[in-house]
Amino acid sequence: MAELHQTAAHAEHDHKPQGWRRWVFATNHKDIGTMYLIAAGTMFLIGGLAAMAIRAQLFKSGMKLFDPAMFNSLTTMHGLIMIFGAIMPAWVGLANWMIPLQIGAPDMALPRLNNLSFWILPFAFTLMVASFFVPGGAVAGGWTMYPPLMQQFGAAFPMLIFAIHLMGISSILGAINVIVTIMNLRAPGMTLLRMPLFVWTWLITAYLLIAVMPVLAGAVTMQLTDHFFGTSFFNAAGGGDPVLFLHVFWFFGHPEVYILILPAFGIISEIIPTFSRKPLFGYEAMVYATASIAFLSFIVWGHHMFTVGMPVAAQLFFMLSTMLIAVPTGVKVFNWVATMWRGSLSFEPPMLFAVAFLFLFSIGGFSGLMLALVPSDYQYHGTYFVVAHFHYVLVPGAVFAIFGGVYYWLPKWSGRMYDMRLAKWHFWLSVIFVNVLFFPQHFLGLAGMPRRIPDYAPQFTDWNMVSSIGGFIFGASQVLFPYIIIKCIRSGKPIEANSPWDGAHGLEWELPCPAPYHSWQTPPSEAMLAHGTGH
Amino acid sequence: MKRARLGRLLGTSVLGLAGRLPLASAASGWDELNMPRGVTSASKSIYALHMMALWVCVGIAVVVFGVMIWSLIFHRKSRGAVPDVTLTHSTKVEVVWTAVPVLILIGMAIPAARLLLKINNNTDPQVNIRVTGFQWGWRYQYVGTPVSIISKLSASSNDASQMHSGIRPTAVPHYLLSVDHQVVVPVGEKVRLLITSIDVIHSWWVPDLGVKRDAIPGYINEASFTIAPNRPGIYRGQCTELCGRGHAYMPIVVRAVTPAAYQAWLKQHSGPPSEAAARLPAAAVTST
Repeated sequence: MAELHQTAAHAEHDHKPQGWRRWVFATNHKDIGTMYLIAAGTMFLIGGLAAMAIRAQLFKSGMKLFDPAMFNSLTTMHGLIMIFGAIMPAWVGLANWMIPLQIGAPDMALPRLNNLSFWILPFAFTLMVASFFVPGGAVAGGWTMYPPLMQQFGAAFPMLIFAIHLMGISSILGAINVIVTIMNLRAPGMTLLRMPLFVWTWLITAYLLIAVMPVLAGAVTMQLTDHFFGTSFFNAAGGGDPVLFLHVFWFFGHPEVYILILPAFGIISEIIPTFSRKPLFGYEAMVYATASIAFLSFIVWGHHMFTVGMPVAAQLFFMLSTMLIAVPTGVKVFNWVATMWRGSLSFEPPMLFAVAFLFLFSIGGFSGLMLALVPSDYQYHGTYFVVAHFHYVLVPGAVFAIFGGVYYWLPKWSGRMYDMRLAKWHFWLSVIFVNVLFFPQHFLGLAGMPRRIPDYAPQFTDWNMVSSIGGFIFGASQVLFPYIIIKCIRSGKPIEANSPWDGAHGLEWELPCPAPYHSWQTPPSEAMLAHGTGH
Repeated sequence: MKRARLGRLLGTSVLGLAGRLPLASAASGWDELNMPRGVTSASKSIYALHMMALWVCVGIAVVVFGVMIWSLIFHRKSRGAVPDVTLTHSTKVEVVWTAVPVLILIGMAIPAARLLLKINNNTDPQVNIRVTGFQWGWRYQYVGTPVSIISKLSASSNDASQMHSGIRPTAVPHYLLSVDHQVVVPVGEKVRLLITSIDVIHSWWVPDLGVKRDAIPGYINEASFTIAPNRPGIYRGQCTELCGRGHAYMPIVVRAVTPAAYQAWLKQHSGPPSEAAARLPAAAVTST
């Protein structure tokens, strides 16, 4: 307790630069985390508007709100913005806020680097979004940017590539910071196998980022030199190979999807024990399962390209390695279920999102298993079945985990409680309409509707209409989220205790609410650590 | 009109949930929900594999979600549930739920691998067609014959698809799924496609044939199919790899006819290119 008082006393003497200097020259992990989250929210809004436009165009057969080229730009930019602009920065924001609090560190290890890695992003996002307004419009070759199609776009093409380079640099710097912080700034006694799962999953994610972001940078740079400097890496007429790009891209792309989901696993592993009032079941198995998933993610990229005409032996290898991922993923789901088993469950908003995650991410996992079977994939590939699959793992998967994480830690950040009733409205509207939005897309894909088309045959109208209606309501209900947060910060009920959740364990809950501007300037005691880690 | 459609949809989905859809509604309702069985042995085997995988997933879901729902109902704090905090790990259980999925996966992988080897056998074709994708259409060259067809979106679909056309898609026969010149193949004979592209990557897909293969510049990909002898008809598909603004407007229409009618058609089209637009006698085609 002595440490606690010390920390609290110190908090009153926090001095920080005032006004814009506090943000532009920010080196405090909480400020930088906040900026990351605001940036991610902004991009989520822009990407979401693109999604609404896509669903409006697809409302019925023969709808012509947009020119097909504009539609292709919308789908391309929706994908890029949501992946690189919304989900990834949201994870970095949560990492910035939570990792130092959870491991008992005073800040991130490299605060100035942290500032740089954030402030690169607004420039990258501006370049990317601004490409909508240059002659020829935004890049319209899909977020996967396959050549030779990618080579056909105008001024937006180098803008996008430069934006990707910037985002890649930002991600790598952020990842280095996370690794250095976790490896060097853990409080005494916080051994690796006592770290919270969110810290573990982020550590593994950070290694994935460092491994694959340069691969993406290389692939897009080769496209750039093909376009402007006369090389022929991917140009068949010049002796190059378009399929080479697919291999390189998906060698990045598959670990990338785990970059998007592993921190979600971490958050779910924090929330479920808290609201089950029971320690996480199989902690070590969870850590090893995460590491196995990360390892396997490097040897499955071929499953994105079963129809390109790879040798049958290669198709077989990628099918089997992909199916293998179901094992550690299953272990994780089973451990979460076992954590709830014989617990004492209550359903505050974070838990609601976590439970929805369990159900809906599993559905995405099932369709993933089906997609792994090559012969079936010949029929699924490039259809709405795939769209349904990856939206199930990314929206009720990654995005719900972000919502859950924010609802879980917002009281810690703001020192106030949000409006639970509104947050439950946000949850129920989201969970119902995310299914109305994405479940029918399974049917569309199976019935033969290709993805990335601006118009379709009339027999696909019914389910597209359902999907669009679900999309509009899902989209509209997200307005609640910033409203709830702003309302909480302005007028939420102040929290007296260190934790608003009676079942919460973890060092962040040993600090007062809100967490002081400079926290853990003296490391937590062993007693605190034992209470915090629950073992 | 719109309301009727939504009503019908609600009806089919409710029935679908009750698992009675194939009985309760016309076959068209089922077609909107699931993969077609198709008309080749490959497409039928793929359908069977797909259904097997689906039911395995449903089975796993019932068990896992069942346990979760049990917890959600009976292990609630509001029902006075007391947490069993000693329940934190069990090596035995971890081994079981690692091993059981492995066994299930092996059970799925074996038939999948068998089928994969079977449908990638492109040897001994009776008909060879070179398929070339371009922005935006397909060219079909019948190897060993002078016959060559350029197949593009039909004029009626093309007109209706223009901005401000004012034409309702339902007023156009097979909107976006009809072409000016169909590719004609014989039933009961093994057809091998040699697929390539002259510009960007396209993908040739006809769901009823169970064939999807990318058309890639610089590559010649192979795919083959044999349509069941009793299933002549018209089979429609679309390009499935984003290929630019015309991606949605380059459908594939395969007309499967009897071998005799196929030979007659080939002969008819082997003349000078100006005659290439000649049509097949209507009797030779049974439309589905």
